[in-house]
Amino acid sequence: MALPNSRRALLDVALAAGAGVGQTISDPVHRVALADLTHSTNVAVPLESLRGRSVLLLTGPQLPTVLALLALDGIARRVLLGLPDLKEADLPQVIADSDADFVMRDDGLRSTLEADPAALHARDVDTEWILFTSGTTGAPKMVSHTLLSLTGPLDDGLAVGAGPVWSTFYDIRRYGGLQILLRALLGGGSMVLSSAAESVGDFLTRAGKNGVTHISGTPSHWRRALMSQAASRMAPRYVRLSGEISDQAILDNLKAAFPQSDVAHAFASTEAGVGFDVRDGLAGFPASYIGMPGAKAELKVEDGTLRIRSVRTASRYLGGSARALGDRAGFVDTGDMVERRGDRYYFLGRREGVINVGGQKVYPEEVEAVLNRHPAVRMSRVWARKSPITGAVVAADIVLSEPAAEFAQVRESLLQSCRAALSAHKVPVTLRAVTSLLVASSGKLSRRDG
Amino acid sequence: MSIRTVVLDQVKLVAEHQQKSLLPLVDSLPLLDSGLDSLCIAIIVANLEEELGFDPFGSGNTVIIPQTLGEFIGLYENGAA
Repeated sequence: MALPNSRRALLDVALAAGAGVGQTISDPVHRVALADLTHSTNVAVPLESLRGRSVLLLTGPQLPTVLALLALDGIARRVLLGLPDLKEADLPQVIADSDADFVMRDDGLRSTLEADPAALHARDVDTEWILFTSGTTGAPKMVSHTLLSLTGPLDDGLAVGAGPVWSTFYDIRRYGGLQILLRALLGGGSMVLSSAAESVGDFLTRAGKNGVTHISGTPSHWRRALMSQAASRMAPRYVRLSGEISDQAILDNLKAAFPQSDVAHAFASTEAGVGFDVRDGLAGFPASYIGMPGAKAELKVEDGTLRIRSVRTASRYLGGSARALGDRAGFVDTGDMVERRGDRYYFLGRREGVINVGGQKVYPEEVEAVLNRHPAVRMSRVWARKSPITGAVVAADIVLSEPAAEFAQVRESLLQSCRAALSAHKVPVTLRAVTSLLVASSGKLSRRDG
Repeated sequence: MSIRTVVLDQVKLVAEHQQKSLLPLVDSLPLLDSGLDSLCIAIIVANLEEELGFDPFGSGNTVIIPQTLGEFIGLYENGAA
C-alpha cells in the first residue's frame, strides 16, 4: 500500500501505487480507467479556475463525485463530499459554514471523460476534505479531514494480495465507504461502486461479475445481502463490517456464506476515524486494545463510552456554532457504550439510544444481539414502547429468515431465549413479525420509533 | 370471556413468566403487595392493550392510579363499557 505523505495528491499517489495498470472505477453504467485521469476529466470548467477554491460536490450517483475528487485533490483548497440527501433548505448554511464558492452538481460535470487541455496540473495544495455526518436532527454536521488523516488507517497490515477488486455497500461519500475507495485506489486495485438506484440482488450480481475480492458494509447491509440469493454469486476473499455493532450471529452467518473469506469487523466513526479492526471472528474486541502503548489509535473507556485519540481523527467541525470535536487531551468521545466481560470488551449500544424501563437501562443493540442469534431471525429492531407504569417497555420488530414460519411458535421460542439471556426488564414485552426493516441511507438500521 | 377473567389470566401468566409468587387474587389485594413489581404491571398493561385493544392509562383522561387489584380490574371494565 502506497501511503501519501503530505503534499501528495490522491491521483498521484494512486497512479504511483498501481501504475494505473488495469485499475478501474465502475458503477452500474460506466467504467473509467484510472490512468485516463492523467489527461482527461469530467469537470466541465478548467481545473485551474478552481485552484485554491472551496468546492461543494453535490451529485446523485457516486462516480461523478469520485472523478471530480480525483481531479480536484491537490488543486482545490477544500472539497466537500455532499450527500445526495442533503436538503436544499440546509444548503445556505452549509455554503456559509464551508465558504464554498463553487457548487458542482451533475449538470456541471460531464458524464464521460473529455480531454483536459491543460493536462499536467501541479497538485500541490493540501486539500481539506469535508465529510457530512447525518445527525438525528438539524442540519448535517461537516467534519474536516485531510488525505493524511483519512489514509492513516490503511497502514494496518491487511494482506490484500494481487489485483484486488474492492467494493462496498456504503456510499463512498460516507466515512466507511471512503475508506474502501482509498484502499482500492492506493492499493493498486479497482473499485466497484454501489448505486442507490440498484437492488441488493443486482448489486451482488454485479459484484460477482466484476470479481470483487474485498467488500464492506454495515451489519444491516449484510443481513439484507444474506436474504438475497444473489449473495452466492460473489466469492470475496475479505468481508468487512463497520458502522454498527457486529454481533456474533452476523459474523457466523457471513463466515458460513463465504467460507473462503476472512471476516473482519472494524470500529470507526466519521469524527474519530478508524479505531481498530478485529480479525478473530469474534464479536467485541480484546481488552488489551485499551490503553495499548504505541497503538496508532489510542483507546480509553470513560463514563462507559469508548474514546479514541489518533492522527486519524478529524481535526474539527466546520461552522461557527459547532462544538469541539475532542476533549482537551484530544480524545474523541464516540458515544458508543462498552462493557468488559472477561478479557474482551463488548459494545452495548449508542449512549443516546438507551431505553429507560422504570429507571433501568436497556440498550436496543444488546437485545437485538440475542434475538439475531435465534435461527428463525434474520434481523431485528428493538424500540421503546411507551408505558404508563415504567415510562417505557422493550418492544421488538422481527424479520424472519423463513417468511412462512409460524410466528406464534417462533415468538414463544424467542421469548424463552431472551428470558434465558437477559434480565427481566430487557426481555421484549411486544414482539411483532414484520416483512422488512428500514435501513437508512447511512446503511444503519433506522431507529425512528414507528 | 369476561374482562375480569382476561385481566386475571394476564396477571397469572405474567407472574409465572417473571417467576413471582402471587397472593390470593382478591379485589382488596393491594397491587404492590400482590407479588407483582412495577415491571410486571407494565407488561400486563402492554399485553392487555394488545388483547383488549385499549389502554385505560393512555386514554387521555386523568386516571386515578389503582391501588388494589379490584381497582385495576375496574379500570378495564369501565374502559370497555
